[in-house]
Formats: sequence, structure tokens, C-alpha cells
Amino acid sequence: MTGPVWDLFLFFLKLSLVAVGGANAAVPSMHHEVVELRHWMTDAAFSQGYALASAAPGPNVLFVAVIGWHVAGWQGLAASLVGFLGPTFILAWAVAMLTQRLAGDARMGALRAGLVPVAIGLILATGLVTGAAAARGTETEMAVAVLITLASALFVWRSNLSPIWTLVAGGLLGLVLLGG
Amino acid sequence: MPKPSAPPAELPLNPPPGPAQLFAAFAKAGLMGFGGAQVWVRRALVEERRWMTERDYAEVLGLGQVLPGPNVGNAAVMIGRRFAGLAGSFAATGGLYLFPLIVLMSLVLLWQEFADIPAVAAFMHGLACAAAGMVIGNGLRMIGRLRPPPELIAIGILSTVAAAWFRVPLPIIVLVLGPISIAAVVWRARRGGEARA
Repeated sequence: MTGPVWDLFLFFLKLSLVAVGGANAAVPSMHHEVVELRHWMTDAAFSQGYALASAAPGPNVLFVAVIGWHVAGWQGLAASLVGFLGPTFILAWAVAMLTQRLAGDARMGALRAGLVPVAIGLILATGLVTGAAAARGTETEMAVAVLITLASALFVWRSNLSPIWTLVAGGLLGLVLLGG
Repeated sequence: MPKPSAPPAELPLNPPPGPAQLFAAFAKAGLMGFGGAQVWVRRALVEERRWMTERDYAEVLGLGQVLPGPNVGNAAVMIGRRFAGLAGSFAATGGLYLFPLIVLMSLVLLWQEFADIPAVAAFMHGLACAAAGMVIGNGLRMIGRLRPPPELIAIGILSTVAAAWFRVPLPIIVLVLGPISIAAVVWRARRGGEARA
């Protein structure tokens, strides 16, 4: 089999198992292959697709669906998603089976507990990096952006109300104060 | 000493969900999941539906983080499997991705229509800031409820600084700090054992 649909499938299949850290960590590799090597997408289309995938609800990994759709329509979309998510699904399934089988084992307990600080540390890093990226515009706009981020962090940390309120408030504040 | 205002972590868990309940919970988390579905999955499973404890969820997410692929996607597979086997994994995964995919592709198809409206860009900018803050607040919330010992807090801070400030590639952070962290957990457990003896 040849053609872009098959190429997409193979590319994302190979990328899948090295994408520790999820789709965001693999974006530079995707850019290299899709834009520079194969010229499947322009630089602008790639950036815009990534911005949309980040702004839309849901996991950012859905960016691979946007790439697939751009390159080969709905078939490309399906090929990219299955290629990227299939291997990680199988691996996560196998690891879950192993951890459940070794549930009483002290070493497995230490492994699971030991990964928690790293995972939470990386979550905080994701928030800081995306917050820094969102702090753009004029000096006033940057200050407003940082204040929205800080207020939102405080709200989600200390209150039991749904985080949807901080998102709505953030969007409305942006509408009023970041309109430029 | 536990804070008196401790969130309802001590309440008993609800009975394990079936595939349909898993699908619904993950679908809601996916649809709400601006700036990271992980925040919403945690909220749904730990705080709203109380299917898992905070520690349980953090451990599954930790495993999901070191495996390749999206951490929340890996967590969906593992959580689905634990509660409802293969059907649970497919239900959780399908719920997580299906509706966001529909929203995203609608946005892609419509984008040319409203990309140039400044109000849309301004709203999205504010939303992006709030979403970043939400991810930070969610991390702080997990720490507050897990109350880790100081050595694990130090390892967490090191992970944050390495990833956010020095941009160290993720596999290196996991390979270096992961074993140190696991060793710290073993050390703490042994010390606790001796103290009791």
C-alpha cells in the first residue's frame, strides 16, 4: 500500500511510541516531518492548526487529527488518529494489567508512588509554560494576562466551584481588556 | 496535622462504574477540557463521582505520564480497564476523544469565517490565560490533598523547574528524577517502619 493515507498512518505509528509527554512533546518532530520533509502542510497552516487544537476543548493530541485531515481528508484523519493512539492504547492496557496483577507488591507500590511528584511537577510546568506563552501583547496586556492566570490558579486551587467559571470569566475579561 | 477544611477526601468511594458511566464521565471531561482534559478528568473521577481516591488517581496519572502518548489518554485506558475491562477502556477513551474531535473539526472547517473577528481573538486570549492558571491551580490542589513529605515536594519542584525553565526533554526528567523519587519513597517507608518497630 502507498499514498498519503498509508504514509500518515506509518509516520504517526512510529512517532506514537517515542512520544513521552504526549502530543505537545512530539510537535517539533511532527513539524519536521509534515512541513519540512514532506511539504504536506505549509508552516502557517501547521501553526494555525496547532493553535486551534490548543484552544479547543479536549486533549491536545487531537492536533494529529487536524494534520491528517489537511493531508488526506477524513481518511487521513482516521489514519493519523489510529496510528498515533493505537500503540499507546495497547501499551497502557498492558501496563494496567501488570500493575493490577502486582497490586500487592511493595516494589510496584513504590514505583507508582514515586512517579506522582514527577507527574505533578510536570503538570505545574505545563501550566507555567502555557501561561508564559499567553502573556503577550503590550505591557498592559501582558500584565492583564498574568493577572488572569494567577487569579484563575488561585480560584481552582482554593475553591470547590467548577473551573468552568474561571474559564468563562477569563474569556470575558479578555474580551474587555485584551481587545486592543 | 490535617486541616479542618480538608476537602471530602475521606468520604467513602462510590461503587465502580460500568462502561456507560465511564463514557459519560470522560465525555464530559473531554468537552469541558479547555487547556487540558486532565484537570476535568480528575475533578469528575475524584471529586464529583468519587470513584477513585486522590492518591489512586495521582498514581495512575503518574504512570500515564511516563508512558508514551497523552497522559490523560493513558489514564483513561488504565482507569477504564480497572473498572470495566476492555469495554471500559474503549468507553473511557471514546468518551474522552469523540466530542472534542467533533468540536475541533467544526472549528477547523469554520475557522476562516471568524478568525478575523478581533472579539473572538480577545476572548480566546483571555481563555488561554485562565486555562493556564487552571492547570497550575489543579496541580496545587492535588499537592494540598496528597500532603507529600518534604523530599517529594523538592523532587516535584525540580521536575517543574527542569521542564518549565530549562526545557529539559521529558524522557530525561522521568529517567533521572523518577528513580530518585522512587528511592525517596522506599527510604521514607523504611524509616516509618523502623519508627513503628
